[in-house]
Amino acid sequence: MAILSVKKLTKSFGGLTAVSNVNMELQEGELVGLIGPNGAGKTTVFNLLTGVYEPTAGTVTLTRNGKGKEIQGMKPFNICKAGMSRTFQNIRLFKDLTVLDNVRIAMHQNVKYGLASAFLHLPAYAKEEAQLVEKCMELLRIVHLDGKAGELASNLPYGEQRHLEIARALATDPVVLLLDEPAAGMNPAETAQLTELISWIRKNFQLTILLIEHDMSLVMKICERIYVLDYGMIIASGTPEEIKADKKVIEAYLGEDVNDA
Amino acid sequence: MEQFLQQLINGLSLGSIYALIALGYTMVYGIIKLINFAHCDVYMIGAYVGYACMTYFHLGLLPSMLIAMAACTLLGMAIEKIAYKPLRNATRIAVLITALGVSMFLEYGTMFFVKAEVRAYPSMTGWMAQSFQVGGVNISMLQVIIMAVTVILMILLQFIVKRTRVGRAMRAVSLDKDAAELMGINVNSTISFTFALGSALAGAAGVLVGVYYNSINPLMGMLPGIKAFVAAVFGGIGLIPGAMVGGYAIGMIETMVDGYGNSLYKDAVVFAILILILIVKPAGLLGKNTREKV
Repeated sequence: MAILSVKKLTKSFGGLTAVSNVNMELQEGELVGLIGPNGAGKTTVFNLLTGVYEPTAGTVTLTRNGKGKEIQGMKPFNICKAGMSRTFQNIRLFKDLTVLDNVRIAMHQNVKYGLASAFLHLPAYAKEEAQLVEKCMELLRIVHLDGKAGELASNLPYGEQRHLEIARALATDPVVLLLDEPAAGMNPAETAQLTELISWIRKNFQLTILLIEHDMSLVMKICERIYVLDYGMIIASGTPEEIKADKKVIEAYLGEDVNDA
Repeated sequence: MEQFLQQLINGLSLGSIYALIALGYTMVYGIIKLINFAHCDVYMIGAYVGYACMTYFHLGLLPSMLIAMAACTLLGMAIEKIAYKPLRNATRIAVLITALGVSMFLEYGTMFFVKAEVRAYPSMTGWMAQSFQVGGVNISMLQVIIMAVTVILMILLQFIVKRTRVGRAMRAVSLDKDAAELMGINVNSTISFTFALGSALAGAAGVLVGVYYNSINPLMGMLPGIKAFVAAVFGGIGLIPGAMVGGYAIGMIETMVDGYGNSLYKDAVVFAILILILIVKPAGLLGKNTREKV
């Protein structure tokens, strides 16, 4: 069943069409890559999916618990609640908050208690709070940050900040996770660790993942399917093997007439 | 020594008021980087609402204060919704000028309805009018009430900001509005809540000033407003503990200058301190010095 279905998604900024007629379909539990040269519009697609930009045309349908919902044009926080979460190309953690608080804030939409019960320290508040911290710690354990829960996010080394972003995205309880260049700036060892983490998360959280990445070793290794974007249009889609052999993709990456040169 | 202690007590009461107002400035600055000049007029409206409750409805201090806080909460949220929200993506200077306009509107709008005359707050009766001596220092019950109410409100505020869902949302929004929204936080309602909190504190300060100094007028917010702003900058604008420290510090300094002979210069000293702070430690007492990126 298609969890995320994107139809004829288009975004124009004035006269410039950054994304045009993009169709994508992600099946439940799939791990799909979105690749393309710099400036192809990959991050714009993410921004359209998460509501940062409003699409000029097209529909985005997100299915949660068997119920499809058109989410294009909704506010980002509502799209997040509908089940779409993301990480950022340039890390956007809440730097002056602790590692735990970063995750806790993201989980905050699932908290039920109101102000009054928090004030009066009602048992419901204490219980929810304890459960919340426990759930956050679980997530941090998955990304190997449980030992650093009390540290400020800005004090973490780069690779761990990326992991924390993933944990924070998971905390919003998504059905679709969008990862924007999770391996950017990582060394091969860190990338390998991240690759493992992503596969593990997908299996254990039963997530559908869409991934933007420049690191081809990572993309080819873990993605089942790949969409290739160039000049805002999908120019190819298929399995990693098909993509590797696709002439249009090679042209987009290496320039035209590569065989004649 | 006795005189010093006496001034200390007076300074603490005045500082409490400044701190309450400064918190509103600092929270709003923290979350949308706006110096909300209309804030000092919310405080003035609070004083008038309290006055109306006490004079016309003969309510006690506490109920009057609660009503004033509620009224100011609504007013603060309305100001944000009507004046600032449409300008969310406008330049900062546009919002700043709007804030000045809202301030004028409230001041002279109030003047239109209640006239420019100075009004006397009903004086306190019973135990609230008492004062007592501790080692030669005269402390009035009102001063005790002011300090106690301020401390209670500050503790509540700290609790909301540190421990509750909406408080955490406030901190997240102040750090990265866009990322917060993508993590499921309703940024607009969080900003609205911040205005509500700050305005409630200003409302409480308005009523406390009314009963303490006994006189109110539609322009009463101007000077305390600016001094509370100085206090917020002094402590580090955008930082809640900074506003508390700054409020008490400015209140204390002002009272000390006043008490040791130079009452004419007390305002000058406060503003001289602002200038000094801006030169020496622009981020304020508790602020981290960050270099502006260019």
